[in-house]
Amino acid sequence: MPEVHPGTAHQFETAEQQRDADIIGMWTFLATEVMFFGGLIMCYTFARFTYPQAFQAASHRLYVIYGGPNTAILLCSSFTMALAVRAAQMGQRKSLVTCLALTVLFGLAFLTVKGFEYHTDFVEHLVPRWDFKWQGAEARHAELFFWLYFTLTGLHAVHVTIGIVVLATLAIMAWRGRLSSDLPIEISGLYWHFVDIVWVFLFPLLYLVGHR
Amino acid sequence: MSSVQETSGLAAESYLTEHTVGSWLLTTDHKRIAILYLVSIVFFFAIAAVAAAMMRVSLLWPDGRLVLPETYNKLFTIHGVLMVWFFLIPSIPAVLGNFVIPMMIGARDVAFPKLNLLSWYLFMLGGAFVVYSVIVGGVDTGWTFYTPYSTTFANPNVITMVAGVFVAGFGSILTGLNFIVTIHKMRAPGMTWFRLPLFIWSLYSTSLILVLATPVLAITLLAISVERIWGLGIFDPNLGGDPVLFQHMFWFYSHPAVYIMILPGMGVVSELITCFSRKKIFGYYFIAFSSVAIAVVGFLVWGHHMFVSSQSMYAGMVFSILSFIVAVPSAIKVFNWTATLYKGSITFETPMLYALAFIGLFTIGGLTGLFLAAMAVDVQLHDTYFVIAHFHYIMVGGMVTGFMGGLHYWWPKISGRMYPELLGRIAAVVTFVGFNLTFFPLFVLGYLGQPRRYHSYPPEFHIFHVLSTAGASILGIGYLMPLIYLVWSARYGERAPANPWGATGLEWRTPSPPPRDNFEETPLVTDDPYDYSAIEAELIDQTGLR
Repeated sequence: MPEVHPGTAHQFETAEQQRDADIIGMWTFLATEVMFFGGLIMCYTFARFTYPQAFQAASHRLYVIYGGPNTAILLCSSFTMALAVRAAQMGQRKSLVTCLALTVLFGLAFLTVKGFEYHTDFVEHLVPRWDFKWQGAEARHAELFFWLYFTLTGLHAVHVTIGIVVLATLAIMAWRGRLSSDLPIEISGLYWHFVDIVWVFLFPLLYLVGHR
Repeated sequence: MSSVQETSGLAAESYLTEHTVGSWLLTTDHKRIAILYLVSIVFFFAIAAVAAAMMRVSLLWPDGRLVLPETYNKLFTIHGVLMVWFFLIPSIPAVLGNFVIPMMIGARDVAFPKLNLLSWYLFMLGGAFVVYSVIVGGVDTGWTFYTPYSTTFANPNVITMVAGVFVAGFGSILTGLNFIVTIHKMRAPGMTWFRLPLFIWSLYSTSLILVLATPVLAITLLAISVERIWGLGIFDPNLGGDPVLFQHMFWFYSHPAVYIMILPGMGVVSELITCFSRKKIFGYYFIAFSSVAIAVVGFLVWGHHMFVSSQSMYAGMVFSILSFIVAVPSAIKVFNWTATLYKGSITFETPMLYALAFIGLFTIGGLTGLFLAAMAVDVQLHDTYFVIAHFHYIMVGGMVTGFMGGLHYWWPKISGRMYPELLGRIAAVVTFVGFNLTFFPLFVLGYLGQPRRYHSYPPEFHIFHVLSTAGASILGIGYLMPLIYLVWSARYGERAPANPWGATGLEWRTPSPPPRDNFEETPLVTDDPYDYSAIEAELIDQTGLR
């Protein structure tokens, strides 16, 4: 048996090998995620090309006043996440905990704003099937837009929630000094940036395209 | 006698030593997980095979007397769903791949052993959903879940069935991810990319498909479930959605999935042909890169399933041409295997019989695929028994045959025991005869115009159905035999040496069954793969004989 490095799983020879494996693993997982969201974004693109007027009118009913600040919030969270990774690499525990906590807070802020936005959509009768009222032409096509809007943003919100849980756990572990390596921070950082990037695509696709 | 047997003998402690239930259900050992998968897929195969048997018996009468038409629809759905997602897709990758990939590259385990176990649990959870849907009344959509039938008209069990496939899909994704990282990062010193066995190349390509195509299936199935529960969705024509969009998304996954169901078989055959010809594989680079080419081009051909579903003629032409192109790397493999056989010292052990059967049956399956890739011919043959015959030649004649060959080849390593060789050879021949008798008549039926998924048929087709059912009974015996003698041999078989076949490859340099960590010490790789001429020369040196 080769010598055992602390914190290195038995199947690996060196800590470096484990690090590379974990990072490639996360990138591969993100490739899967790209295809997952990609399938739905393809559906959206198809529907948007088929019913440009209805989708433009429906898109006008979304509030950039919610989506815009939310984009800013997520971008800030990516910034604090990047700082957290840096802090973990430098071994600065205090600033690591602070940055992770900030990232979690930004994530929660995003979900809160999203919640208010969903509430507004609900009040304005824009929930397909349950309560959908539409003045104007092509009501059913507009309903399709909102179906896609809820599915896309809903799946994204699920991903944000998972990210928050992971980062909060890591923040607590770091606070208690239970983290033996910066690797988990780097890996979850990759995931968090990915979740942000998904939103960076969703925001213009849903809110901005066709806005004058 | 030879150097290959000096390393024989039993390891005092092997991966099989521990016997508790917990040591199996909580194991993170890739070898044990492979066996968990083996037992599970045999279980699902049995259910799916019973469904097939009931269909074949029912088809003995032109008016289908055994089961009602609705039951018949449920039977082919069960058969398709279980065989595709719960037998074929995990068969070689999750069983043989899990077992031998780490050993072939000289690693102690896969990169993420816990994730590997999680994959199995996801697979079983998915399987439980599917079995539940079958018990509470079954689903009659066919394995393809075409909309709007599945979202609007079929019974609500569609939701649990789809959920089962969805969950099992994440198991596939994690297996693929594990293999990709393992092959990238866990190779022993000296094991360069071009010293990898071709089985590894084929499973690497398979893993790429698993990781990139399965999520599209996941999102499609999710959309179906939402549509089913919510009552509207993107495939709903009432909203301006499009059922044909479903077909595009489904086949964007399911056509590459066809390659998940053949590439691993090709990988196994590449190992077997060279070993039992005692000759270095011909065209290593061509076989390696043709696997990657199949994986890549395979993503671009899904439209050939949709020549008659309102797809534009120009799109159809492009898909048709691409489908012809994807046949080229497959042909490259067949030619290289044949060239490997040329002037080899061929012996006909059971694995080799399966490998040779694979080449013949896969070639028939592949060439009839080209008939279907031609648009004008497809209009006639679409959704007929010709299609059924074509893909069974690939999936059963190809993949299952490859799986059986690989299972026999690695069985001594897996169990530490030899299987009875004579019975093995008889079973291989019985399977081959039974398979051809079952499926060749279906080509004729399809050509004559019998549509697939029909419970009854005109009386003039009777003779072909009788032939096919007769063949299916023989095929059933062919599959039952290995089930019995392999289980028997696991306990009573002759003890296997470390390298019973005199094969190259790291997995043969460790005892049978291997120790928990596969190797006593991490191997150092210094030669190219498949250097059989060197082994033969060594044998001649030592024994003075040939």
